[in-house]
Amino acid sequence: MIGYNFAYLDEQTKRMIRRALLKAVAIPGHQVPFGSREMPLPYGWGTGGIQVTASVLGQQDVLKVIDQGADDTTNAVSIRRFFARTAGVRTTTHTADATVIQTRHRIPETKLRDDQIIVYQVPQPEPLFRLEPSRVETRRMHGLADYGLMHVKLYEDIARYGQISISYDYPVMVNGRYLMSPSPIPSFDNPKMDRMPALQLFGAGREKRIYAIPPWTEVRSLDFEDHPFRPINAPHACGLCGATDAYLDEVVTDDRGGRLFVCSDTDHCAERRAAGHVGAEGMKEAAE
Amino acid sequence: MSTLNPAAGSAGLSPGFADPVAQAQACFRAVLDAMARPGRVHTITGVAPPAPLDAATAAVLLTLVDHETPLWLDAALRETAPWLAFHCGAPVVTDPRAAAFAAARGLPDLDRFDAGTHEMPETAATIVVQVQALGVGPRFRLSGPGLREPAGFAVTGLPADFSARWAANHRLFPCGIDLILCAGDRLAALPRSVTIEEDG
Repeated sequence: MIGYNFAYLDEQTKRMIRRALLKAVAIPGHQVPFGSREMPLPYGWGTGGIQVTASVLGQQDVLKVIDQGADDTTNAVSIRRFFARTAGVRTTTHTADATVIQTRHRIPETKLRDDQIIVYQVPQPEPLFRLEPSRVETRRMHGLADYGLMHVKLYEDIARYGQISISYDYPVMVNGRYLMSPSPIPSFDNPKMDRMPALQLFGAGREKRIYAIPPWTEVRSLDFEDHPFRPINAPHACGLCGATDAYLDEVVTDDRGGRLFVCSDTDHCAERRAAGHVGAEGMKEAAE
Repeated sequence: MSTLNPAAGSAGLSPGFADPVAQAQACFRAVLDAMARPGRVHTITGVAPPAPLDAATAAVLLTLVDHETPLWLDAALRETAPWLAFHCGAPVVTDPRAAAFAAARGLPDLDRFDAGTHEMPETAATIVVQVQALGVGPRFRLSGPGLREPAGFAVTGLPADFSARWAANHRLFPCGIDLILCAGDRLAALPRSVTIEEDG
């Protein structure tokens, strides 16, 4: 830790981010601008999430970092090491053992508790970004809660494709007031955000925005009465643990069309297998 | 603005946080949790500020206030301006509308402070209100984000018409003032999003 302040950021930066976080919590779903710092990794690698984590993290915390559900991919490993080195905090891969969870594009399958904080890495905090490029305009739309543009987009999807064609980063209304990007989590994870006991914090480093959802806050995925929101998942069971209620990744196994569907949440899958659950692939292996 | 008068000397100033990094982090987590769960009371220890600042009030200001945040103090706390200026480096302002943070003994008039705009509600002021006691006294009923179900909250030292005054502030949402209530070494928060009714 020599040569660094605790958790890398200097205290003045932490104070600035902490003030932004408190305002974000007080205005659920509203994007609060903050002075995003240059970090020792490029924008797009989770700099927003890292700055939020660095500002909340304390010596007693236990940190878990996941990237698309996995604890062992590059982004997750390097961020976990970053905080192990600059803050000396304990790290874990077990969702239940963590006090702070930084995530890229997934919410763990294990239900989060009210003593946990989940920090999302956000590439594009503005849900209206693809519909209205001007930030001056989108800010005004949020100010007026004028979200007609997004409803038209969803309606046009239904008119064109017969369904809403958004499978990730599916827009949500927070506390009935702000339209919010849930970050690029699969729409499968959207229902987990609704009335979640844990505090949810979002950091967008390149776009310099922080936002938050307090615990137990209503988070509703946009839909229509006759086209209700449907979370999407592959219609399979996990090949390794047999789970049917977890979000699945499709893995290409050979060049003859072989496919394997496995839990995207590696910790969830490993825990299920440790508890004796076996999927179709595991049974094949046992038979060989 | 007032700055520390060198002629006054620093001999009379008591220290701030002994371990600024860890104590500011611990205090921030308490305030963050308090803001995320309105009415939940936290205890802050480890700082001995000059009277009439309470330990929790001082800790919150040391944690959140610096040269970027103009600070307004009411008449009762103004004598602690040199201590705050020395430890936080915050410019102390006399115009409440210019303040990002305010500290007061008892609730000041909320409409004297900046409540933000609909496009930038985050610029609204945060007021640290020193009250007599948290957890005892007149009871309120809180509901809104952060609360699983409506919860009771007792506080001594707020004006009798507090729920009416709060309703006027809450009606401004997403604009509005956020309060951090401090008593001794305890604190709780009331973000603008919370609905407050008198209970019983």
